[in-house]
Amino acid sequence: MADASATNSDVTTMSGPRGRKPTRMLTPRNIMLYGTLFVIAVYYLLPLYVMVVTSLKGMPEIRLGNVFSPPVEITFEPWVKAWSEACTGLNCDGLSRGFWNSVRIMVPSVAISILIASVNGYALANWRFKGANIFFTILIFGAFIPYQVMIYPIVIILREMGLYTKLSGLVIVHTVFGMPILTLLFRNYFSSIPEELFKAARVDGAGFWGIYFQIMLPMSLPIFVVAIILQVTGIWNDFLFGVIYTKPENYPMTVQLNNIVNSVQGVKEYNVNMAATLLTGLVPLIVYFVSGKLFVRGIAAGAVKG
Amino acid sequence: MKNPSVSIKHLDLEFGSFKVLKDLNLDIGQGEFLVLLGASGCGKSTLLNCIAGLLDVSDGQIFINDKNVTWEQPSERGIGMVFQSYALYPQMTVRGNLTFGLKNAKMPKKEIEERVTRAAEILQIEPLLNRKPAALSGGQRQRVAIGRALVRDVDVFLFDEPLSNLDAKLRADLRVELKLLHERLKNTMIYVTHDQIEAMTLADRIAIMKDGLIQQLDSPQEIYNRPVNKYVADFIGSPSMNFFEGEIANGQFVSGDLSIDLTRYDFAEESPNATAWFGIRPEHILVNDEAPFSAKVRVDIVEPMGSDTLVWTKINGTPFRFRMDGQAAVSVGDDLSIGFDPARASLFDNTTELRL
Repeated sequence: MADASATNSDVTTMSGPRGRKPTRMLTPRNIMLYGTLFVIAVYYLLPLYVMVVTSLKGMPEIRLGNVFSPPVEITFEPWVKAWSEACTGLNCDGLSRGFWNSVRIMVPSVAISILIASVNGYALANWRFKGANIFFTILIFGAFIPYQVMIYPIVIILREMGLYTKLSGLVIVHTVFGMPILTLLFRNYFSSIPEELFKAARVDGAGFWGIYFQIMLPMSLPIFVVAIILQVTGIWNDFLFGVIYTKPENYPMTVQLNNIVNSVQGVKEYNVNMAATLLTGLVPLIVYFVSGKLFVRGIAAGAVKG
Repeated sequence: MKNPSVSIKHLDLEFGSFKVLKDLNLDIGQGEFLVLLGASGCGKSTLLNCIAGLLDVSDGQIFINDKNVTWEQPSERGIGMVFQSYALYPQMTVRGNLTFGLKNAKMPKKEIEERVTRAAEILQIEPLLNRKPAALSGGQRQRVAIGRALVRDVDVFLFDEPLSNLDAKLRADLRVELKLLHERLKNTMIYVTHDQIEAMTLADRIAIMKDGLIQQLDSPQEIYNRPVNKYVADFIGSPSMNFFEGEIANGQFVSGDLSIDLTRYDFAEESPNATAWFGIRPEHILVNDEAPFSAKVRVDIVEPMGSDTLVWTKINGTPFRFRMDGQAAVSVGDDLSIGFDPARASLFDNTTELRL
């Protein structure tokens, strides 16, 4: 039997391992682990480093061939040129045109697709209507059909609607193609919200839209952030749809970037190409940095229940 | 029943081909506290959801205050509901939670304010009104959930295992509060639980359910003392009833070497000659005392529980439990003389398992 009064005097006489187990930093395991992580980090960061460094050099310095050396004389001229002067075909107003095209494509596409998909997901998760499962199956099946199969039919559809080569046509295409994955995302998130909450709201007399706007929406900020990130990066990085369904003055930034980098006349201006590429990648990059934390939280929350 | 508060008539509910509720009939009186009790999967929560209108019934009718509400929306049925997980709207304050339903009903601001004040006063949650649910303890959350039903000023309260998420001490406290609330409001309350203590302490009547059927609907006393079948007898009471399998012949219950005189037992009809189960509750066993029936046993296991002591023995090879005083000095291997009064026993037919 334990004797409470005896423990105090025992403290001084205890021998052998005691308390927290000591940890050593320089074990073979740690060296391997951190070594590998370091090498991989360098491997991924090196190209980015080369791009940033090259974009800040003038052409004479680039011709010296020291790819990894930092710029002797920092110049922002390539960035300015890429943004406002680089030529694609006959247009010589740089990437800025493509940037604004991309914004005009992205903003409505993201807003519309998320709006519709969230209502879709809410209806599928909470209002078990007749045929809900079939509808959901078809929608998910749509996510697995290769895009290439649908390219030509969509060209015809857009032409018949009079939207071919227009920005609004591309917005519709992006909205439709975002629907399966976004609906799945929202459905899973809304299913993870306790059903009793939904029931309580029904007893309280809230209807379909009342529950959606007053109960579900305020609880689902993380998943909206996830959806926005997925759509912004997806639509911003799209090349295929942009090049097929628009014409040169409506080309999104990615297509224009390709045209600048791959233009064959004259000298290859590596610094301008690098700057143009960085400019194009900046939007998704900023989105990731700003919302990284929310993104992980939302992904984890949505994955709870499938 | 005259003028029932809630009346359920021939209710069927199927999920696909699985029948959850089968031709269920139930009348609940004005101001009655009815507890639906049963193991999980017996259909008790389903029945409550049907009354609330959260599930569409397959067949049958539901009346609340003599109005057929079978096709009505939950909000139009005159019910308030309290859920196990509290189901408070996390982004709203306590006040927001309480007023949400009233705002949906387009009630004037002044009346909303009056009702919230009254509910908060009854439940003693006035200081919490401007907090979010996340800043409340489990007991406070459940109070707010009850408040949300209270402000609706309805005739029928539905509780879906409201205390199951609370720890044991809080559960006992809130149980008493619920009973006081019922005394004060005198509303009809339908309460689903799997906890027989809650059922026994709160209920005016208990409906014990199994496989979508009501096994027995009676006062707690009656259910405890005169269970209609073996399932109910086994389900109610903790530790559960001791059973012996044997035969009834000439007013005697015989099981192996065991022979119990049944002259004091109150048969529903005449004493039959049949194979039967003999059941006696552990708390009805007397130790070292005069009793119409007595036997010698050897103690196998002793479970001291403070307030009382549970002793496990065997009679005739069948495990046999009985309850002794918490201060009783017994240890494993002791020989005891136990006895009981067969008038407190229950006999069930061996095949139909119905009370004899």
